[in-house]
Amino acid sequence: MDLQAIAFYLLAAVTVISGFLVITARNPVHSVLFLIMAFFTAAGLFVMMGAEFLAMLLVVVYVGAVAVLFLFVVMMLDVDFTQLREGFARYLPIGMVVGGVLSVEMVMVAVTVAANGAAGKNAAPAAPVADLPNAEAIGRVLYTDYIYFFQAAGLVLLVAMIGAIVLTLRHRPGVRRQNISDQVARTPASGMKIVQIKSGEGLSE
Amino acid sequence: MTIGLAHYLAVAAILFTIGVLGIFVNRKNIIVILMSIELILLAVNINLVAFSVYLHDVVGQIFAMFVLTVAAAEAAVGLAILVTFFRNRGDIAVDDASMMKG
Repeated sequence: MDLQAIAFYLLAAVTVISGFLVITARNPVHSVLFLIMAFFTAAGLFVMMGAEFLAMLLVVVYVGAVAVLFLFVVMMLDVDFTQLREGFARYLPIGMVVGGVLSVEMVMVAVTVAANGAAGKNAAPAAPVADLPNAEAIGRVLYTDYIYFFQAAGLVLLVAMIGAIVLTLRHRPGVRRQNISDQVARTPASGMKIVQIKSGEGLSE
Repeated sequence: MTIGLAHYLAVAAILFTIGVLGIFVNRKNIIVILMSIELILLAVNINLVAFSVYLHDVVGQIFAMFVLTVAAAEAAVGLAILVTFFRNRGDIAVDDASMMKG
């Protein structure tokens, strides 16, 4: 076995095992950490295929943002997770049957497509062109032919951001905040009160 | 033996199956369900990139980028809904999420 095969089988095995541990770990924090591991090794697979830009994007977006978001939420919620695991054994047989059928079908289709499909004719992955790195090749297509889709993706992210903020924003009663218009509208007449005190009696509250 | 397209597609298929299995067995734990959806989308991305590389066409990688965008947006909104649900109910049991049934 050459080095490429060893690297592939190592990365593939770690991806699959950590993916399996994501769904079986008792502690959701461990699940998130295994998810991060799965994303890292999948990024390694992307590098092996020659998609370096997408591999780095996977590390930045998933490991840096999505997985950390998961981690925050899991640690923030005070939930009894053992109670949420009941029904695990009950649904395991049906899940195994569906998963087994799905897996066999998809692997068979994958092998057939790889052998007879259009992609199978190109036995080797695209050789990296010396003067056109992967990121530049993506950019040349993304910012010309797919510019509207790119803008739409930005809009999707904006809507998701606004949605997440609106959903989690909470106005607490009883919190004293600065009211700028009230402060600006304040005049000497409204801000000051002159009290006449009779001599010899003092001032009571 | 050389590593070909079928190898990458097989890994993606197994990862996809694990994601579906995760939705089946963790029916009450919505956090793990969201993570399973992320696994499924990762499998889809591996498929897209593998075909893109072996077809010598970079458009597949661009599509994988859009899938990545949607996955990030979905995770953000899903977790925001989860946090709101937890604030209102005090737990995150999916079975009880029938407030709007009427």
